[in-house]
Amino acid sequence: MTAQEAMSKPLLQIENLKTYYPVRRGLFGRASGFVKAVDDVSLTLYEGETLGLVGESGCGKSSIGRSVVRLERPHAGRILFEGEDITSVSQRELRPVRLRLQMIFQDPYASLNPRMRIFDTLAEPMIAHQLIKRGDVQGEVDRLLQLVGLPRAAAYRYPHEFSGGQKQRIGIARALSLKPRLIVCDEPVSALDVSIQAQILGLLQDLQDELKLTCLFIAHGIGAVKQVSSRVAVMYLGQIVEIAPSELLFRKPRHPYTKLLLGAYHPPDPLFRGMERLIIQGDVPDPSDPPSGCRFHTRCPYAQERCRMEEPSLTKDPHAVACHYPLA
Amino acid sequence: MSATTLPWEQPNTRVEGYVRQVRRKFVRHRLAIWGLAVTILLILTALFAPWLTPYPPNDVTSAFGAKPSAAHWLGTDQVGRDVLSRLLYGTRVSLFIGFTTVAIYVTFGTFVGMAAGYYGGWLDMAVMRMTDIFLSFPYMLVVLVIVSMLGSQISTIMIVLALFKWPTIAMLVRGSVLAAKELDYIKAGVALGFRTPRILLRHMLPTIIGPIIVSATFGVAGTILSEAGLSFLGMGVKSPQASLGNMLHDAQSLTVLTEQQWLWMPAGCMILIAVLAVNFVGDGLRDALDAKA
Repeated sequence: MTAQEAMSKPLLQIENLKTYYPVRRGLFGRASGFVKAVDDVSLTLYEGETLGLVGESGCGKSSIGRSVVRLERPHAGRILFEGEDITSVSQRELRPVRLRLQMIFQDPYASLNPRMRIFDTLAEPMIAHQLIKRGDVQGEVDRLLQLVGLPRAAAYRYPHEFSGGQKQRIGIARALSLKPRLIVCDEPVSALDVSIQAQILGLLQDLQDELKLTCLFIAHGIGAVKQVSSRVAVMYLGQIVEIAPSELLFRKPRHPYTKLLLGAYHPPDPLFRGMERLIIQGDVPDPSDPPSGCRFHTRCPYAQERCRMEEPSLTKDPHAVACHYPLA
Repeated sequence: MSATTLPWEQPNTRVEGYVRQVRRKFVRHRLAIWGLAVTILLILTALFAPWLTPYPPNDVTSAFGAKPSAAHWLGTDQVGRDVLSRLLYGTRVSLFIGFTTVAIYVTFGTFVGMAAGYYGGWLDMAVMRMTDIFLSFPYMLVVLVIVSMLGSQISTIMIVLALFKWPTIAMLVRGSVLAAKELDYIKAGVALGFRTPRILLRHMLPTIIGPIIVSATFGVAGTILSEAGLSFLGMGVKSPQASLGNMLHDAQSLTVLTEQQWLWMPAGCMILIAVLAVNFVGDGLRDALDAKA
């Protein structure tokens, strides 16, 4: 894995990204504080890999995804895509970049325009970017539908005539219509039935192999991430607490939070049988006023005095962890 | 397991489309159907007025202030013009002003409201303060003053009425846009790199069109009333051209009001019918377009 990483080039570099949301109060709507959704996160995605991003709801993982595709404007930090800084370019200048940088949305029910036939939904991006001639539209739409395992007749139906899984396939086809290199998958299966989740994950994996896609795969379900990711980053309160190759992270988590997160997951996997189960205590603290020191110390069973005072930084290893007392 | 070769999941039972759903709900609304029928009838009458009227509306006949008779179904006015003919032409003018004014201010208000809501920032601020200013005027008074200054051509009346009605549409549209902006499929449009006009016209407008249509319908009724009010006060459509409002103007004289009811009753009833009918259509549309009902 590490060798492969070293060989391939970084496609996406996130450097010290901060995405804050202002908390507005009072008569004039002045920002009285900020919800620090993403607070100083650095990540690198190499070509062809899938990086899983996990964490509880509200930990800022979706904000990272939305910042990467610039649906949010980052507060600070840099986002380099193919070496080009896209942190603060205008939406107009971003248009050509979007051909290679696409997103799959969480809720397939909400991400398709209910008043447009599937044909138009799939054809529109290609027409808007003038990628194809009028005469080729039909063929391209057929190809996209085939790619995601839907029949050609689906083109002439409206979104409400499809099930959630089918809609998500359409969402995937739409993202693929521009032939992107990087796809940000923002919890693509969490709105779907468990039985459908596996199908969609399988489809994503197949497409990735077939089209040599790079994915930033955001999820709160450990299972989904485990199935598709080659590396996994764990987030807590706007920061990354651990990054490691998938298999290593699941076998030997080093951050207490990761371990607790895995403990909350009951996998149908004999590998996990012997693992001791710990239950996470309490709620996620207020992200507009995060705890001092290590942000996890309020809920960490191993917390010590130092954790309250001093903020741990992420180590540089392939198995990086941000903890003063990492687990062996 | 290869996902690309998965069998086609059976589509769930066909849910009815949006348009069909709206139509079904509208048809269930009995008053709205009556309103629509009457409105269409009035529009047809207005369009075909030249063929339906027994006399040219401004022609003076030999009977002055005559009661309804076989020759003049609704009588004649003091200068001997046929009231029925004037009524039909007056309806034509009033409806024309109603629909055209609404078309002008709805288009403008929608455009301004969408821009304000979508771009936000200083533009939003400027537009919203402007609407506040317009809405804080005593509307009828200002319209009277402007019309008396600029003269009361039909085009002037329409523009002045539109000038004071667009802010309501702009505020309505802005609010809808603010909500729709957060929809995933609008965000998806941004992520797909669509230009703003495409997002606004192809995705945003169809999403928020419901309340605009409802408001426009009520607006037609409101504008007919406003025109009638203006003309009644003598600041609207000028004689000899007939409008529903200036036919009422005659009723300012007490003898006409008490003894020559045929001069104002028809116009008054016509205003009542037209406004009620259009409002019922608006009611029906509001219920039909509201997804929650």
